[in-house]
Amino acid sequence: MGEGLLDQVAEAEAELLAAADRRLSRGDDVQAWFDAVIEADQKVEPRDWMPDDYRKGLIRQIAQHAHSEIIGMQPEGNWISRAPTLKRKAILLAKVQDEAGHGLYLYAAAETLGITRAELVDALIEGRQKYSSIFNYPTLTWADVGAIGWLVDGAAIVNQVPLCRCSYGPYARAMIRICKEESFHQRQGYEILHTLSHGTPEQKAMAQDSVDRWWYPSLAMFGPPDTQSTHSAKSMGWKIKRHSNDELRQRFVDMCVPQAEVLGLTLPDPELRWNDERGHHDFTEPDYAELMRVVAGDGPCNAERMAHRRRAHDEGAWVREAAAEFAKKAATRKGEENR
Amino acid sequence: MTLWEVFIRARRGLSHTHAGSVHADDAETALRNARDVYTRRQEGVSIWVVRASDIAASSPEEKDPFFAPAADKIYRYPTFYEVPEGAPHL
Repeated sequence: MGEGLLDQVAEAEAELLAAADRRLSRGDDVQAWFDAVIEADQKVEPRDWMPDDYRKGLIRQIAQHAHSEIIGMQPEGNWISRAPTLKRKAILLAKVQDEAGHGLYLYAAAETLGITRAELVDALIEGRQKYSSIFNYPTLTWADVGAIGWLVDGAAIVNQVPLCRCSYGPYARAMIRICKEESFHQRQGYEILHTLSHGTPEQKAMAQDSVDRWWYPSLAMFGPPDTQSTHSAKSMGWKIKRHSNDELRQRFVDMCVPQAEVLGLTLPDPELRWNDERGHHDFTEPDYAELMRVVAGDGPCNAERMAHRRRAHDEGAWVREAAAEFAKKAATRKGEENR
Repeated sequence: MTLWEVFIRARRGLSHTHAGSVHADDAETALRNARDVYTRRQEGVSIWVVRASDIAASSPEEKDPFFAPAADKIYRYPTFYEVPEGAPHL
């Protein structure tokens, strides 16, 4: 697992370099130049001219992605102090630290589009920008840490690997970095579930229960079905998005079925079976009405996640003030020495 | 808080390469933040942080005139020259 995906990341990286060598002729028309860059699979860079909607759409998408990484620390952070062994605890700490890092790579990429970090943080805290609905579900047992790694991070990777080819340079580069690190996340989750499902009957039942709860919310991570997706067409034209929601969802299902078999766990879908004609698995769609409810704020943990994020921001205020004061004093001292 | 651009030397013998940016009030904190954000897996042996506002950048709009002097001097490339047959070590 993961290796095929890592190959795709390496391919995206090689393509980025190959496309950069293509010579484009440059006229005075900025729109024509922008179109030519996209057409040649080259990257748009921060100081280039770009259509307003391209900039706005990217800020929306990258910000939502960054917020998801930051809020995503909470469900797993919930288990750091209760990890079953010191080894598991160290691994989980490293993973949650990675999520913080991914959030920061993405905030940095968004900032190159002319928005400040403070504006982005405010937009999250005031509820003007969203994060992935998946993090509004609770982590009830230790097995959930495994299910998040396997299913949630697995779905995230399927979504994110194509973003390594995204037309905006800073976003594509951040995604290449993130995908390389995510593959550790998926494997650690898989290993937790494998250990549990080969343990006592109670442990196996706990693993099965968590897969039962996380399967459909993970399928919903790919967003509404193509027929209802609002941002897709434009995004595809600009090569921000490369595959449709339904395509990626199918890819994820096909990937999970053999992995579940090795785990000895069942995916909770009686309709799930191989379709020879299509060359894919048939499966039951997630409940999109539930997805919309959770996105709109009515999931099991929305209020808790936002309250926690606000509290962390408020409780960190003194650190930000102290750092600013320290820097000011240090600068004054330096000024006096140089006099 | 100040925005700092981060440059990392991945291994000895390579030049520093732009990795991304961090926020910090002073250089020392910026270096620590850059270490935590960009080198969690031994991606670097040396870090530079530079205040983003201190970087002067050429603008893409002036790309053609600004870089034009290099475009018409093909004699700067070794491939411009015809090497007579039989001339060794060239």
